Formats: sequence, C-alpha cells, structure tokens
Amino acid sequence: MRYLVCVKQTPDTAELPKVNPEEAASGQLSINLVVNPWDEHAIETGLQMAENYGGVTSAITVGGESSIDALRSALAIGCKDATLVQEQAADANGVASLLAAAVTKMGDVNYVLTGQMTVDGNSGSVPVAVARKLGWPVITGVAKIIEASDESITVERVAGQARYTVKVAVPAVVSVIKEIGEPRYPTFINIRKAARVQIPAWTAADLDTETAAALVVMDNYRKPTARDAHVQLFDTAAELVDALLAEKVL
Amino acid sequence: MKILVFIETDNGAVHSSSWEALGKALSLSDDVSAVVIGHNVDDVRAQAGARGARTVYVIDDASRATFDLDLYTADVKAVLAASDADAFLAIHTGNGRDLAAAVGADLNAGFVADCLDLRLDDDTLVGTRPIYSGNILADAKTSSHPQIATLRPRAATAAAETGASAEVVTLPPTAVESRVQVLAVEHAETGEISLTDANIIVSGGRGVAKDPELGFKIIGELADTLRAAVGASRAAVDAGYIEYKHQVGQTGKVVRPDLYIACGISGAVQHLAGMSASKLIVVINKDSEAPIFSVANYGIVGDLFDVVPAMNSAARSKLHKA
Repeated sequence: MRYLVCVKQTPDTAELPKVNPEEAASGQLSINLVVNPWDEHAIETGLQMAENYGGVTSAITVGGESSIDALRSALAIGCKDATLVQEQAADANGVASLLAAAVTKMGDVNYVLTGQMTVDGNSGSVPVAVARKLGWPVITGVAKIIEASDESITVERVAGQARYTVKVAVPAVVSVIKEIGEPRYPTFINIRKAARVQIPAWTAADLDTETAAALVVMDNYRKPTARDAHVQLFDTAAELVDALLAEKVL
Repeated sequence: MKILVFIETDNGAVHSSSWEALGKALSLSDDVSAVVIGHNVDDVRAQAGARGARTVYVIDDASRATFDLDLYTADVKAVLAASDADAFLAIHTGNGRDLAAAVGADLNAGFVADCLDLRLDDDTLVGTRPIYSGNILADAKTSSHPQIATLRPRAATAAAETGASAEVVTLPPTAVESRVQVLAVEHAETGEISLTDANIIVSGGRGVAKDPELGFKIIGELADTLRAAVGASRAAVDAGYIEYKHQVGQTGKVVRPDLYIACGISGAVQHLAGMSASKLIVVINKDSEAPIFSVANYGIVGDLFDVVPAMNSAARSKLHKA
C-alpha cells in the first residue's frame, strides 16, 4: 500500500506575526519556513499506518524549487520517498488540481493523507477538493485510525461536538487533526538518508495537465487593526465582576 | 444578486450560526433563499422563513439526519440548479467548509473561505479573509458561477425573526449513494458548550501546574456559573492537564467570544492568534509582565487558585441577585 502525505512549506508559527502585507501579496517571505505544523500530524499518521498495516509512506508538495526543503524534512521524519510538483499554483483549487493529477499519475496510491489546513492559506479546502477531483471519498477531522487495509478504513472523526466512528472504501483521502498523535522527531540516520534521496520534480506538463487559472483572487492585503491595548487592573475579584456586569457581558 | 444560504442542521437541530450567514446575506441582497437539508426539519424550515428567506428549499429524509458530504453536496448542487442562485453561502464549521469546498470543486467554482465579513461590489461578493492565521487580512473574490463563500461563526449578526413566511420548495433527496458508513456516534455531554459557539470562554494554561486537576475544576466551576465554555492553552493540553478539544490557538480552535477569561496563560503568539478577536479579554496571571496583558481589557495580577474561586462566588451572588 502507498500512503501519500501532502505537505506544504509554511512560515514557522512563531514568526507569522512578522509577515507584512507586501510579502503576503507577493508570496515572497523573508521569515523562517518549516513544514506546515498540521501536516506533521499527517506524516505521523502515514508512518504509523505503514508500521501497522504495511506499505510505504511518501510525501508530496506543490511549490517552487525551495519547497524541496519541506520534502527533505518529511524524509528526515521517516517518509521513504518524495515528489515535488514544481509549479506555483494560483490558489487552493490550483493546488488541489495538481495534487489530484499527481496521484493519478502515480497510479498506486491507496491513501492521500493531509493536515486539516495550512497556517498560511487557512482555507482548509484542499483535502476535500483533491478527493472530489479524484472521485474518491474523503474523511476530515480524523482523530484516530482504528483499522485500515487496501479495501477500507475505519476511523474516529470529530465534527462539531460529536465523535463518529465511520468506515469508507479505499482509495480515500483522510484529513487528520492534532489528536491523531504528536509527530516523531527526525532521526540522525533518517536525516542522512534524506539528504541522499533523489526527489523527482514534475511539472504540470509531466502530469498531462496545466496550471489552472485562479478561481479566487485576493488584493488589498493589510494588517488587522491592533487591539486597543490598555489593561485596567483590579485588586479584587468582586471589583472585576462588577466591571464585567457593567459591560453587560455576564 | 440571488444568494442561497445553507442552514446547517444535525438531527433536526439547527446550528445557530447559520442565522448569521442568513443575516449577512439579507444585508447584501433582497433575493435570499435558504436550503435546509436534514431529517424532521420542519421547525428549522419555518424559522428560515420567519427570519427572512424568500424561498426555503427543503430536503427532509432519514438518510440526511446527519451530515454526509456526498449526499449533501449532491442536494446542494440540485438546489443551485433549481434556484439559479448566483452565490452559495455557508457558515465555516467543519461541515460547512467541506460542503462549500466540494460544491466548488465539482462545479469548478471559486470558494472564498472563512470570511470575517462580506460585501457586494457590483454583482461580486468580496470577502474579508484572514490569512497567515489572522496576521494578514485580504479582500478575496471569485468571478465564477456560482460564487461560493463561508462566513466565520460569530462574525455577523443573526437574522432576526420578523414573522415573515417563505415559499417552501420541497425536493426529493438526490439519488446518490453514500460512501461513508457511520458505525457509531458519541455526542458531547448534554449542556456542553462548544468553543466556537460560546459567548463566554474561561481558559486555563500552565498556571494550573501546581495542581492541574484542581485548577481545571475551579475553572470549570466558574464556566458553569457564567454558562461558558472551557478553553485551554497548548501548554496545558500538551502537559496532559485537559483534552485537546479544549485547545484555543493556532493549532487548536480560533474563537471570538464576547468575553474571554485567560487564567494562568502567558500568551504565546500562537495562543493570541486564536483568541485576540474576542470582544473583551480578562487576564488573571501571577506575572504582571506576561505578554497576554498586552491584549487584555481587564486584569488581576494574582494567583488563579485564589482569584478564580473568588470570581466565581462574586459572580454567583451578583448574578443571582440580578
């Protein structure tokens, strides 16, 4: 079986506040880039599934040449191979189209694994869009894998305030949340192996497709208005409660 | 501009933020319809009309009792075709997001996700999108047909009941097979308030460390008194003091309650990203230099183990008097 983990290179969350509107508009960021933290849980899921049910865990990303660093990180954590789709997608739909085309070209993928969103784009729409383009079922909000094979998968998923145990036929797209498990750390031996792995770079033409024009366009990038930050301190809890009652929030 | 609003239900009960999506649509256009998919949804259908939808499309069937992406997507596409709507609007819950993404992918239509606000520019919806985890805002739009958008819960005012009544169009469930077999459902404890719906959140952080069990007990008691949801920082969740579902922040839930009470939370940027859109922020922390005071409106410099129970008893006596 092949578990294909979709990863994206995104800003280190501690540095997100430093992103300025010009950088956001151009996509050229000057800050430290890492693997999207939500995707690390998907990598961990892939590695655990390979251990428990057999098979190979692979990583894929869509982006420029520098996003190969995200793939090296995925290899260092334990993925066996990686593929770069070397294109600048215009929006989330473009990313999903390229990922779906790559999955089709690979031909042997049983599971596409994703995180729940990226910390930069934030739409959370890519897992579902990839599944719809492939015609595969998708389960989002997955907190636990109960059983998986090349025929079906049973998981626990969280939606709203409820927890569902669901089963779907495979191939499928599975989008996981943090509860699935903390990602393991890269090992020295995997870091050394990762440096030697040949990472193929595919273009849209290699996938018999073309980069889709943007369906969603953005402009007027700006910083949100800062909170009017002036704290009023109280000595006692009773005074604080009186102030909250006066604000009519209790 | 003809807008179709998805009214999210679960087992016949409405997700109340759906009325916010309806309210926003009504503020933009006088040609707003609603679609209600579920089972035993007569009451929700009537409410959608009473709150101002001109036409309410209903698919009421046992197979629709809980959300199923394949079935709901097929139904929404059928209603979009029947109503010839220019835009489809849902609330950005997990289900609303998945539905909008699926309809968008199937129709090759643009999906403007998780908007804080929406306006109309000629006949184009323009969404205010938070990106980079709320650190940047941008105007986002699509020229596709239909235009698809989701609105973040608690970002808009709910449509009020006006006593109007809508034309009701009942459609049969679309003939597609569900691919997801539900084997078991575990509902939250009765009365538990979800973080993203809560008016008030009382949250705990590393400050509970000397006795985590007692810390979250007194935080829970204050939350009960205030009918609030219980939140937590990543540090508290990672330390195993409380379940992940309570986590607020970049890798937890992004919340915007009327009142957020942060107890023993220092205020890492990842936590601030999840709660700084709260209307009023109260901080209880021993360390007067804690970064979270920079976003606070009110605060007490003190030990949460003393302050939280004192707040609870003050709130109980004052709220009961009122």
